[in-house]
Amino acid sequence: MSAHGSSELESHAVGSTRLFVMVWVWLAVITFIEVFLAYERLRPDLMLTLLVVLSIVKATLIVSYFMHLKYEKIGLALLLIPSTIFCICMIIIFFMPDSVRLMQMRMGH
Amino acid sequence: MAETKSMVGVPVSSPWGGGGSPFAINSKKFGMWLFIVSDTLTFSALLLAYTYSRLANPNWPRPFEIYPAIAKSTSMTVILLFSSLTMVLGVAAAHKNERAKTVRYLLLTALGGLAFTVLHLTEWFKLFHEGYTPWSTPQGVPLFGATFFGITGLHMTHVTIGVIYLIVMAIGYGKGKFTSDDVEVSGLYWHFVDLVWMFVFPMIYLMSVSLTG
Repeated sequence: MSAHGSSELESHAVGSTRLFVMVWVWLAVITFIEVFLAYERLRPDLMLTLLVVLSIVKATLIVSYFMHLKYEKIGLALLLIPSTIFCICMIIIFFMPDSVRLMQMRMGH
Repeated sequence: MAETKSMVGVPVSSPWGGGGSPFAINSKKFGMWLFIVSDTLTFSALLLAYTYSRLANPNWPRPFEIYPAIAKSTSMTVILLFSSLTMVLGVAAAHKNERAKTVRYLLLTALGGLAFTVLHLTEWFKLFHEGYTPWSTPQGVPLFGATFFGITGLHMTHVTIGVIYLIVMAIGYGKGKFTSDDVEVSGLYWHFVDLVWMFVFPMIYLMSVSLTG
């Protein structure tokens, strides 16, 4: 491993081309699964859940390998990820009750 | 500059250091990560607002047919993903100090971003033509126009800024003005732009596929 121009912690485990291509292939495969799902006429709530879960899988792959977070000190991930999730949950709290009410209204008739 | 010891690595002593560098990354990279977190929240709020409006309006437009809209946005997704691959290879090349290769990868990434923007704009113009604008839709649901063009427009702005950033980085790194760490920070930004699209594409396009055809 070359130690040039980067700190000692960043110079290790930069990742091989093979690994990056593999991650890319997985991202492309999940994308096509999502497109396929869009034509399956699923219930909207089920489809939204599936799409969001698949997108979170994709986001995890991008953040871990492409953005290198997997190879940083664990403290960085522990700082960034839980705080982001917490804030997103705070936003969801405001939308959720009314979303559920609307969904039940729509499914009622 | 207080960071006298090293420009590229972890600042050894800095008045802002608090006596150590807990994450063992340089301040530029940490700054970019914090920006990414704040931008994630911006897009989360917008996408949640979109999804809520979608639920609240029974006649929410579904303007995206298999062809051309979904075919086009799927190829845009693949292009953006591919540009992420060239970006990560560029960062790897930069860390191996392969300057010419890095510049080539960076420019290829910028080209991917440019192709994405051009495709996206043709998509927008098609929608304008069909009567969708940021303030009105043929179905009389202006919220669709506002949220759709707001979110995709904000994302497109990010891509455009990214393209400029990458070109500046390619030129500067080629001249030896920037270090491999700077390339890595630009890579973080670019992957984030890709990541946002990974949520925009399913939540906006795939949730509103036209199923009449």
